[in-house]
Amino acid sequence: MIIKAIIGIVAFLVLAPFVGGLLAGLDRKLSAKMQRRVGPPVLQPFYDVGKLFQKEKQTPTRFQDFYVLLFVVFVIASGVLFFSGGDLLLVIFTLTIGAAFLIIAAYSSNSPYAELGAERELLAMLAYEPMVLITVIGFYMYTGSFRVSDILAGDSMPFLPLLGIFFGWLFILTLKFRKSPFDLSMSHHAHQELVRGVTTEFVGRTMGWIEISHWYENVFLLGFVFLFFANGTWYGWVIGIVVAILAYFFEVFIDNCFARMKWQFAFKSAWIVAVVLGMINIFVLYVCF
Amino acid sequence: MGTIVFLILFPMIIAFILLVVKGDKARDVIVIGASAVIAAMSIVVAVQFAAGGGDFFSFNGEVVSYIMMAVEAGLCIYICITAAMHRKWLAFIFAIIQTPLIMWFEFTRGHGIEVESNLYIDRLSIIMILIIGIIGTLIAVYALGYMKDFQHHEDEKGNKDRRPWFFFVMFLFLGAMVGLVTSNNMIWMYFFWEITSLSSFWLIGYTKTEEATNNAFRALIMNLLGGLGFAVGIVILGIVFQTVELNSMLLIGSVYGDLVAIPAAFFAFAGITKAAQMPFNSWLLGAMVAPTPTSALLHSSTMVKAGVFMIIKLAPVLGMSNFAGLMTMMVGGITFLFASCAAISQVNAKRVLAYSTIANLGLIVACGGVGTAGAVWAGIMLIIFHAITKSLLFLCVGTAEHHIGSRMIEDMDGLFNKMPRLAMCMIIGIAGMFLAPFGMLISKWGCMVSFVDSGNILLIGCICFGSAVTAFYWLKWMGKLTAVVAGEESIEYGVHRTETFVHITLVVLVVLVCLLFPLLSSYMLVPYLEITFGGLAGGIMSSGNMLIMVIMVAVIVLLALFGFGKSRKPKVPIYLAGANTGDNRTYYGSMQKEVAFSLRNWHMEKYFGEPRMNLIGDVLCVAMLVIGLGYMIATLVSLMGGVM
Repeated sequence: MIIKAIIGIVAFLVLAPFVGGLLAGLDRKLSAKMQRRVGPPVLQPFYDVGKLFQKEKQTPTRFQDFYVLLFVVFVIASGVLFFSGGDLLLVIFTLTIGAAFLIIAAYSSNSPYAELGAERELLAMLAYEPMVLITVIGFYMYTGSFRVSDILAGDSMPFLPLLGIFFGWLFILTLKFRKSPFDLSMSHHAHQELVRGVTTEFVGRTMGWIEISHWYENVFLLGFVFLFFANGTWYGWVIGIVVAILAYFFEVFIDNCFARMKWQFAFKSAWIVAVVLGMINIFVLYVCF
Repeated sequence: MGTIVFLILFPMIIAFILLVVKGDKARDVIVIGASAVIAAMSIVVAVQFAAGGGDFFSFNGEVVSYIMMAVEAGLCIYICITAAMHRKWLAFIFAIIQTPLIMWFEFTRGHGIEVESNLYIDRLSIIMILIIGIIGTLIAVYALGYMKDFQHHEDEKGNKDRRPWFFFVMFLFLGAMVGLVTSNNMIWMYFFWEITSLSSFWLIGYTKTEEATNNAFRALIMNLLGGLGFAVGIVILGIVFQTVELNSMLLIGSVYGDLVAIPAAFFAFAGITKAAQMPFNSWLLGAMVAPTPTSALLHSSTMVKAGVFMIIKLAPVLGMSNFAGLMTMMVGGITFLFASCAAISQVNAKRVLAYSTIANLGLIVACGGVGTAGAVWAGIMLIIFHAITKSLLFLCVGTAEHHIGSRMIEDMDGLFNKMPRLAMCMIIGIAGMFLAPFGMLISKWGCMVSFVDSGNILLIGCICFGSAVTAFYWLKWMGKLTAVVAGEESIEYGVHRTETFVHITLVVLVVLVCLLFPLLSSYMLVPYLEITFGGLAGGIMSSGNMLIMVIMVAVIVLLALFGFGKSRKPKVPIYLAGANTGDNRTYYGSMQKEVAFSLRNWHMEKYFGEPRMNLIGDVLCVAMLVIGLGYMIATLVSLMGGVM
């Protein structure tokens, strides 16, 4: 039990940045292909972060680094708790603290671009948070436990009973990955009117750490997708991993097919999805199980 | 028992002394001295009774009951006269019905009912006493400095110094609260209940402006309506079950749950009004006209906490199985959701705090309504954390208001530079209100698990959406506070020493409670739950999770001590599209004209407008109350019909 947890933690800490960075590279390659460009090498995200760490040290305020540090610590901690088989509620609360500190870090600079980005990030949080909570509650109602290790050991796939929640989760992944049409707070694309939104005032090493944290976060979020297919067998694992990777590229596909929507749409649609897919799924679970 | 009676009477005696003392110096000495005594005494009581499983005291009731009745009659006459003078006929009617009703009951039926123990103390009362005795008195100490500034403004307007009255009511309030949480005899509890209603009426109407008087009467009317519910509950309890004792009521409830639900519904209704649940939330918002210490007192350690205390106390006879429980939990859940939403659209810091109080109380009420051991665990945790953090936030806003001259959140731009210490206290308070691993989130966690276990889908929806909204309005405020605005000088001199002392003490309490809550859970809450609900009541959270939470708090505190603001990186101007003039506050506009930018938060009036949220919440909650109470009355009538 403990050994499994330790393996999970170490594997996550060591492998997640590579997987996350690689996914980011493939994302850029695929996007480029969809736009009939050649695109950067797959390893480009690693080169970028390496470069960031060599940049001159600068900061707009003495307090920003502290908030960024907490962001990094808590985002990684949420992944660690998840992959060590911990409590799902604890996991998402920890992730929320991380997200909160990124927003606070952006606010602390008092820069208009960063603050607008922070406000939009806040809005995204308002939009996706209900669905995140509903997802966790759905897992609990079906498997009877909040613990990832118990859910993994369960003997039936939560995918079908949690079908609505699964699609709800896919929907908010777009918000979480900050992909079009919901790349409100910051975007990897050039069409960003907020310069780099929430990350405008982060430079050099600080920005590098934020990138790495996002890799950790993405892997952890895909871990949730995996969880829908876990049933304690090897084929459950295989299906889970395949679907998680497919989900990622599905988000990339969506990203390239949509222009950015207004925040009103992001907010309304996310809540409607949470009510229609999430709450109804919860209701069905309550009636059937 | 002596110590408990002391804690009830001593504040009241001090109150009367403060009424006659006019000098500032003397008042300072008396308030600080008395506060120290009360706080120390409440700790003594805690130590004295913490080991016991709940002690009951017979306490010769006859004489005391008569005194109480006489006071009650006097208060009733007072309310009727004041109400008539201000032409507030609803207050008049409610007062003139309920007091005679209780008196009639006591004279005709009450004599036949043997009261075994009038007072009691268990771990829940101890927690309440600690909150009242420590937080309540801290607020009183804070009020010393605050009211000096306040009076300073009043003097300019030519209003006379009514501070002796203010402190009189404050201490009276504290005494009555202790009485309320230690009364086992429901008639006694009703007596203290009415005193707290009246005290808040006096505190809200303190400034005697037209707005204050109107709002004070609104509070009084709503609480008298609740009091009426209380009185009806007592009469039903006495006539149907031949008892007026809380513990016997709960005991009978464990066997005849459906029957006890009838008086319980009325008591819960009283709790709902006092806890400012929708549709009664407007009295707590109206209370904002009073000086800030009043708000702090009403919101954190007294008044509204009496309401939720009542409902938590009733929890064993509520629950999913009866309409009293369903009514209570739905009113709580709906209030939580819509009050949280309304908080988003607020620009006034005190109103944000008020809506957050209403929302959190809603969560506690919902926990009480669900009525399982886990839910009650979460509810009590919420009471504790909320009392500390909310008083801290109110007192911070009060100080900020006196120094920046505004209580609007948008005016708190650059507070981090202007008043660094105060801003830090506020940031910690806000973190305590919604952010894991601090305080409230622990209880919200508990709520979530117990709501899911109860199987009430609507409650699950309320908490999922409500939590998201809560994080939104706190974070945008916190962001405003953390923004480092260039070129602002510190104006933190001239903050009263008592105010700073109270802020720091409360911050220390917030952090301490976050670090020590597992102990609190295992030595106070779990034993209480085991006695109340029977059997082993493991906490909602596993000890491993609690440990992780505590470690997180420790990590944040340590990192803050060593890393906060210590970055040695060279500072560069912020990005203003290459047109920063260099001071980080202005940029070169067209024609090289220097333009200052200003940043404002989102309030999303269109989605979360206050009137609309209140309307929806009110309609839904009224529906719940009508269904719940209506069902209970119908049951009662059919029972009575059966008897006759």
